[in-house]
Amino acid sequence: MSLTTNKNFAPDQKGQGWKIFKSPKLEPFLYLSPSIILICLVIFVPLVIGISYAFQSISLFRPSDTGWIGFEHFEDIYQDRKFYKSLRNTFWWTFTSVILQFSLGLGLAMLLKAGFKGQKFFQALIFLPWAVPTFLSALTWAWLFNPVIGPLSHWMFALGILDEPYNILADPSIAMYGPIAANVWFGIPFFAITLLAALQSIPDEMYEAAAIDGASKWQVFSKITLPFLAPMIVITVMLRTVWIANFADFIYVMTSGGPANSTQILSTYIFLTAFKKLDFGYASAVSVVLLVLLLIFATLLLKMRQKFVRVN
Amino acid sequence: MSVFAKPAVGWTISKYIVLALYLAFALFPLYWLLKISVTPEKLIYSDGVALWPSEFTLDNFKSVLLYTDFLIYFKNSIFVSFGTAALTTVLAAAAGYAFSRFQFRGKKIIIGIMLITQMFPLLIIIAPIYRIISGMGLLNTLTSLIVVYTAFNVPFATFLMQSFFDGIPKDLEEAAMIDGCTRLQAVRKVVFPLTLPGLAATLGFVFTAAWSELLFAIMLINSNDKMTFPVGLLTFVSKFSVDWGQMMAAGVFALVPSCLFFIFIQRYLVQGLTSGAVKG
Repeated sequence: MSLTTNKNFAPDQKGQGWKIFKSPKLEPFLYLSPSIILICLVIFVPLVIGISYAFQSISLFRPSDTGWIGFEHFEDIYQDRKFYKSLRNTFWWTFTSVILQFSLGLGLAMLLKAGFKGQKFFQALIFLPWAVPTFLSALTWAWLFNPVIGPLSHWMFALGILDEPYNILADPSIAMYGPIAANVWFGIPFFAITLLAALQSIPDEMYEAAAIDGASKWQVFSKITLPFLAPMIVITVMLRTVWIANFADFIYVMTSGGPANSTQILSTYIFLTAFKKLDFGYASAVSVVLLVLLLIFATLLLKMRQKFVRVN
Repeated sequence: MSVFAKPAVGWTISKYIVLALYLAFALFPLYWLLKISVTPEKLIYSDGVALWPSEFTLDNFKSVLLYTDFLIYFKNSIFVSFGTAALTTVLAAAAGYAFSRFQFRGKKIIIGIMLITQMFPLLIIIAPIYRIISGMGLLNTLTSLIVVYTAFNVPFATFLMQSFFDGIPKDLEEAAMIDGCTRLQAVRKVVFPLTLPGLAATLGFVFTAAWSELLFAIMLINSNDKMTFPVGLLTFVSKFSVDWGQMMAAGVFALVPSCLFFIFIQRYLVQGLTSGAVKG
């Protein structure tokens, strides 16, 4: 599979235009520099300033009490029960959402790849949830779960899932499934689109050759489809996991972290600390902890990806 | 597909059942949104759990169009989302091409930088960004939103474009360059047509992301004539907290450009599906 190996073009074989770039080492930077400059100015400079807040006391309730305080916030986090609760909820929220989004998205992509009549129209409709503004989706789902104006709790009652038609968003033991349902609904198209695009880039010849060799469907899937998809799967899963862990819209609009902090995840906890308690220093410190955890996770996954690519 | 030339009838039927379930799951919440928007205000609670409203009205839509600033929000959102999508796609295509076709020193560091941008809670940089933007005198401009959104969308769009470029054999442009094309010509004539589905997909992702962004739009915009759609919708919630019908009607309007955009993009997705982009 030479498609995925990356070797440089031999520079001496190039045409005339090549001579503009005297040093071939500079050419990629010509294409990259606009993006890098923009990202540094808009994201990294503010990020460094923001991280510095984690080591300062910046609370609007204690305006006289500002200044550098070292690791004091982090010592407080170590003893903060709400932090640990939010951390556990973050794992629950993130992994349940990602696993459901990914498996349902992969299933949909495989169905779409196989092709059927009216597919164009079907695709336009099935990808629609992705295009709905998240704020609007969150409100709509909150309504669907509300027994007064939405049907879901009545259906769950009829199916025997609930003892009576009540709002699951108000029940601490299962409230998290409300935002998770909305998140899965919203996220399936993302995986379906990216995985479908990756499926399309698998050369038909590979399938034709497999058919000639009499490979079974499962062999085709595990020996051709999966290895080809693996790099794309790792990247999309990693980006989505990180994104969902930071994604507060659904939970904030649907439950605001309640009832009794049962749906409080770190990103909503940060939001509430910053804008309700107005303690920007502590909020930044919690953000830094979340950032470090996500960096560790991403590094592990990228190590895995390198393995996949090497196998290819 | 020639591989699955003779699928069993049962398999075909269950495939369509599964597809129908997917479709029902995807569309039901949107149907509910539509249902509430056409239900007369006095019936919203009594018709609460009915699948079909007992009376039908377009009053909610009428009052949204006539008595609110909705059209202004709409125009602003279109401008910001298209600006962001176009700018991001151009930058990401260039960067993704560099990642796909070159090995160079510092590549891993740059990939790492791009990954980190996707990894922290946005709240950590909201206050600093506000300070910087206001220092540049760009507060309350749509340009500031386009710049910020582009910066946040470029990393993911770059990885997306890189994956699309990775799927196109570089023998194609190598051959064109040996025949005397410059790299730019080779990319334009050989790679670009094959990447169209990828470019369209990237445009679509970025457009919808920009279309629904709320946090920065609240922070950086404060005058009514510069508000984007999600902020406008939020003011609906606070101003007309009882008028759900109007809010849902506005929500239905917000869906229109996204729907049109996605239907437009299907062509490119399907094109990629049928043409088999890698056939040299």
